[in-house]
Formats: sequence, structure tokens, C-alpha cells
Amino acid sequence: MPIIAPSKAQPEYDVAIIGSGAGGGQMAYTLTLAGIKCVMLEAGRSYDPQTETPMFMTGSQAPLRGAGTPDKDFGFYDATIDGGWDVPGEPYTQASSKKEEQFWWWRARMMGGRTNHWGRISLRNGPYDFKPRSRDGLGFDWPVTYEEIDPYYTKVEMLIGVYGTNSGMENTPDSPEGVLLPAPKARLSELVSQKFGKKLGIPFMPIHRAVLTKPLDWQNIPKKLHPGNEWAQKIVADSMMRRAPCFWATDCGRGCSISANYQSTTVHLPPALATGNLDIIPNAHAREVLVNDEGKATGVLFIDKTTGKEERIKAKAVVIAASSGETVRLLLNSKGGKGIANSSGLVGRYIMDTVGTKVTGHVPILENVPPHNEEGAGGSHTYAPWWGYKDQAAGKLDFARGYHIEMGGSRSMPIGNNPVPDDLVRGSYGKKFKQDMRRYYGSIVSYACRGEMIPNEKSYCELDPQVKDKWGIPSLRWHWGWSEHELNQAAHARRTFTDLIESMGGTVRHDKTEAARDYIEPGGKIIHEVGGAIMGADSKTSVCNGWNQTWDVKNLLICDGSPFASNADKNPTLTIMALAWRAADHLIEQAKQGNL
Amino acid sequence: MTSPSDFTPLFSRRQVIQMFAAVSASLGITPEANAATVGVADTFAKGYGTDPTLTKLYKPGDVWPLTLNAEQLRTVTALCDLILPADDLGPAASAVGVPQFMDEWISAPYPLQQEDNPVLLEGIAWLNTEASKRFSKSFAELDAPQQATIADDICHITMAKPEFREAAQFFERFRSRAAAGYYSTQEGWKAIGFVGNITSATFDGPPAEVLKLLDVEQTVK
Repeated sequence: MPIIAPSKAQPEYDVAIIGSGAGGGQMAYTLTLAGIKCVMLEAGRSYDPQTETPMFMTGSQAPLRGAGTPDKDFGFYDATIDGGWDVPGEPYTQASSKKEEQFWWWRARMMGGRTNHWGRISLRNGPYDFKPRSRDGLGFDWPVTYEEIDPYYTKVEMLIGVYGTNSGMENTPDSPEGVLLPAPKARLSELVSQKFGKKLGIPFMPIHRAVLTKPLDWQNIPKKLHPGNEWAQKIVADSMMRRAPCFWATDCGRGCSISANYQSTTVHLPPALATGNLDIIPNAHAREVLVNDEGKATGVLFIDKTTGKEERIKAKAVVIAASSGETVRLLLNSKGGKGIANSSGLVGRYIMDTVGTKVTGHVPILENVPPHNEEGAGGSHTYAPWWGYKDQAAGKLDFARGYHIEMGGSRSMPIGNNPVPDDLVRGSYGKKFKQDMRRYYGSIVSYACRGEMIPNEKSYCELDPQVKDKWGIPSLRWHWGWSEHELNQAAHARRTFTDLIESMGGTVRHDKTEAARDYIEPGGKIIHEVGGAIMGADSKTSVCNGWNQTWDVKNLLICDGSPFASNADKNPTLTIMALAWRAADHLIEQAKQGNL
Repeated sequence: MTSPSDFTPLFSRRQVIQMFAAVSASLGITPEANAATVGVADTFAKGYGTDPTLTKLYKPGDVWPLTLNAEQLRTVTALCDLILPADDLGPAASAVGVPQFMDEWISAPYPLQQEDNPVLLEGIAWLNTEASKRFSKSFAELDAPQQATIADDICHITMAKPEFREAAQFFERFRSRAAAGYYSTQEGWKAIGFVGNITSATFDGPPAEVLKLLDVEQTVK
């Protein structure tokens, strides 16, 4: 069973999966290795990281030296194709003309979705993060505990390969001994941040990222992942041994042709396809989940983008993993626009992103450093987990939840843009300019806040009453609003990062008179869109139960970020995968008991 | 878990590195090879779209037509080389295709570039008017000290005299774009001190002399 056109589809499948990213990929992996026949619909085209990744390509080989454009927002070599903030022919609208009430909606229309370009940052939610309301009375508790998800975090980490170290810090869970791969050495700016951060109580340490710093132990891991299933073990071992460890060059945002990092297209889909239990239909734009009179899902109605025609596939269960916005849209557009799984009226509600703000500084002690290779693992090596739980408990902070710090500052490859800010080299040209550029390159550091947003009534999406996409499917209309918690958190981050940079003798590069409303990143901009079909313990106040199963349509599962009842500062991808694996195990159990 | 020596991946790290060295060589990571490989342009006057081939070698003019005339290109070349001359750090901007990149940039169909377009074109025209006023020649025909008298008046946006303020805005924009073009090349990497884009069996972090300079120790063992 391979990548097929709709005409080659089987008359019926066990499970139809909509979306091929982290959630869809994990579902396909777990289900097919358990012998379940699946079909996966992907709205974008098929994509082969082995032949399409621009490894080692340089700016001088690209249009505009590789600079970003509206066609390729994150630069010419970013892995995302047919995606971005605007997708031609697929509009979305904003309910408000005010910038702070708008949502930036990122979409990737390609096999593997956003996993091809994501930052690979793989952090576990901690115990607090599943029960936030119980701790501070805000937002919602999840119907699951950390202890229930913990084994699945471990499984996912073993499968995809995550580097990092155990910190022992509060609400920043350790992985079992031997699960994490070795952390890469810290870069200069990271060590300097660590040294000065220590004086301010900010704990910089190795981050967790899904990049192989050594080969995966393909002889032993598959046995732990699939006990008693030798057939699955062999398939997974084969797939694992084809992944090479990082060779310390090329930004992970381009994807990886040697499969050294996790993307669905190199880690989840190859073993799933190797089972013979998976058909993938690319260019399949889902329009409705089909339901019968008993309220059960029976398949999916989709547009074959290669012909523009409507097609149907039948399945005994349906999994949606299309990203919050697309998942909401599909639920609301189903049943001819009457909507499904929405007896609570909460489909589309409580959309969350991550609180983002960034401070950049010029640090003179990092000027004129002797050139050396700082490419490393193609992304971050170092971060600071949230260190303020004690202060928060003592009532010293004016916001409820935490943020972690991601940092930049390596001597990374100049591409597309001037690698030194204009104002530092004012007045110079000629030989002096070239000397100045060499002097300042590497002396710019940046710290980014990645914080928890509390779900609120102002942030949601719904069908636009007028606007449709080019196939006539109603588009989404977005609403957005921050609370004081997010704004105060962003302000705290800005003060903290300013103190840090100034403690190094550096100068921050922003206007200190700005208010938080001016420098908090717009909703959606961090591309951690979650919520919209939150899980809960009560069908009246949630869309899904703790097994990612919709309350109203029992054989419909939602396995992307939509069921998140909160959005901890920890980046969502690892949690999406852990929940999907668990949901798949539950689905398999249900199938065995004949409950589907 | 077993130790790394107990199991072998399908390809050894050495084999993978060799494979990629071969791929890099066949792609030709030199400016000469770059210039010799021409992609067929089928989306002229538009951008490259949302799904361009990423592993192909492009050169200015492949995707949209270049628009500078010969006189403008001469002026751009002269200014690129005044800002980024040949010296002990590396070749001049014109030796690594920066003027052609500037032409590509000015001619591009995207919003940022279209916003730059009038600023840069008017600035280029201003340079020639000013050169003509001061020396009765075009800017490209001036010798280095003559070019410098003009550049000195416009190279600092906040210190420029009011009558040169607009030209200084042009100069800052031009210098920034030319730097983007220059430092995106391998020669530019050497000039600025970027080391990378090469495979390595290990990542060792900053060398000892660098750690010592900043008085830090490697904390990841």
C-alpha cells in the first residue's frame, strides 16, 4: 500500500486519518503497526525529504540570496512548500480591523505538514500543566494526568530521538535514564548567557530537540516500543537504522535528507508505509467528515485537488489531525454546514498560541571573536526552563503562568539578510566597513519568551458567513484577544532579558518606552496554535474526552493540538505525539472489544 | 541501552559524510559553477511561487527579468565596490556577483523589493547628478578619492547634513542590501568569519582559546 490517487483507494478502510503531520503521522504509525488498515488524506502534495531538501545550498545559489518573500516566508530554503501566512486560493478573515484582535494563521500544504520545518524543540508538559485550574483557578484542567501521559512521552522520545539532559527542575520532567540522546556542546553565546544568567537566577541549560546526536539503538528500542510484536519491531528497526546521526551542518528548518531530525516524512510515515497497511492520498483537501443517521462517522468527503472533483472514502473510524484551525473548519463544515461533535457549542472556542516576545542586544565582549564553527545541530542547543514557580507561589508576580527562554546568538550562516544591524556600521564603507562587519558579526544575541497563554473567551474561530475557498468551502473567521496575564508575562520577559543583556555590558536594541501591547507577538505568530476542540471530563464543557475521542461522535478522534485544554510554555509537538499514540492504543483496544 | 559500538547504522557516519561531499561537489558550490547553470524560467514577472525547486542553482534573471540599464548597472557596480572593495579580507563585491544580485533585488516582484525599488533607483540617479555637479563625470568614472568625497557626505544617516539626508537614507539601504549579497557568498563567509556548511563527525563547541577569551568553560560534557 503506497501513495495513491483516489481512484486506487480501497472500498473501505478501518481508519481514515486527515493530516500527515505530527498527530496524523503518529496515529498512522501506531495503528498500522498494530495491523489496522488506514488511509491518510493530505491536502498538500507528496514530498520526499531525501531528494528535495536543499542540504548545503548557499544563499548565492538562491533567488534574492535566499531572503524570505511572501512565497517563502522563512527564506527560500525553508522546507515549507505551498504554505505560509497566506495560501493562494484559501483565504481566511479577521472579525476585527484592530491588529491586536487578529490571528496569523500559518498553514503548510505538504506531506508531513509543519513537521518538515519546525524547530524540533521537544519539551514535556509537567504535572502542573495538566491541572492548571486546580492550581490557580484559571483556564481548564485536562481530564488526564502527567502520570498517564508520561509513558507515552518516553515512547515518543525513544522513537523520534531527542537530545537533552534531565534538569530535575520543578514541573520540568526528567526522562527515564538512557532515553535522551547526548546534548550537543554549548556555543559561545550560550555559555556566556549561562554565566551571566546564573547571577540573575536564570538557569540556562541544554534544550531538548528531536535531532540524533548519535545513531538510535535500533536493536533494543523497537523491542521496548512494540513488546511481543516481532513484525513491528523489525519494521521499526529497519526504519531506525536508515536514520543517520547529525553531521553538524545545515539548518534543521530546511528539513533533513539524512533523517537526522524528526519529521513525519522520515520517521512516522516510512515504517507505517512499510507495514503495507497504509494508503496515502495526497492533494486531498478534506471538506466534510461523513456521518450516518446513528451519528457515527463513516468516512470523509474531500476534493481531489488534481481534478477539482469531490471524492469519498469510507472508514470505520475517522481521525482528524489537520491543525486547530483546519480541524475546527472541517467539524463546522460537516453535515452540509450544520457541524458535528458540537453539542457543547465549543468547537472553535479557546484557541491558544504561545506568548512570544523577543529582545535583541549588542554585546561588545562578543566582538572580534576568532572565527570558529558554531553550526551545531542546526538549531538551538540551550534554553532556560521557567524558573519562577516559587515567586509565583509567593504572589510576587503579576501573571499566572510561566515562560521558557529560547535564545539565538550563534555565528550562523549569513543568508539573504545583512548579518549585522545597519546602525552599528553607520559611517563606514570600504575596508573599514569590511572590518566592522567582521567585528560585529557574532556580537548580537537574542532572547525569546515562549510563554503560556490562558484560554479566553475572546480567542476563537468560526465559519465566515460569506468567504469561501476556491472549491467553495466556507473559510474561517478569527477573533483574538490577550488577557493581562499574557501582557504582564511579556513585560516580565522583556525586563528580564534587558537586565541580562545589560549585565553582560550589552545594549538592548529596542525602544524602552514601548508597552507590552506593542511588543507581544500577534496571536498565531509563534505557530503553536492549539485548542478549538478542547478535551475535558464533561461533555457539556468540552468537545473531546481524555482519549481524544469526540463526545458526540464516538468513532471520531482528534489528534492534533485542538484537544489541548491549556497551552503550557512547552512547545506542543511532543505532547501532540504522546496523546496521539495513547489515543491510537485506546482505539486499538476499542476495536478489539468490537466497540467501533 | 547498548553502547554505540554494539550496533551499526545502515551507513556509517564517514560514508554519509563522503556521500555529501560528493553531492556538494556535483552541485558546484563555486560562483563559476553557479553562473554556468541556468534554470529555465517559466514564471516571469511573477515570483517563484510557493513550490520552487530548492535544489536547483539559480542566478539573477532566471525567475524574473533584470531591469537595470547599462548605465545604472555601472553605477551600482561602482558603489558596491566602493562599499565592499577587494582587500586582505576578500575580493570586491563585483567579483562575487553583488551588482547582479542588486539588479535582481531591485527588479523583484515582492513587496519589500518593490518598496526598495524607487529608493535605490533615485539614489543611483542622485549619485550621477552629484558626480556630474562636482566633477563633470558619472559616478563610475570618478577615481576613488572623488567617490569618497561624495560617500563621506552620505554614509552616516544621522550625521549627514540636511541637504544629504535623503541620499544618506539611500546609502544606508544600499549598503545593507549589498552586505546581504556579499556575505551570502562563500567569499563573504571568509571575510566575515563564518565557518560552517561542512560535515563533521563531532561538534566540539568553541575552541579553548575562545573559551579563555570570554572566561567561560564548556558546561556540556
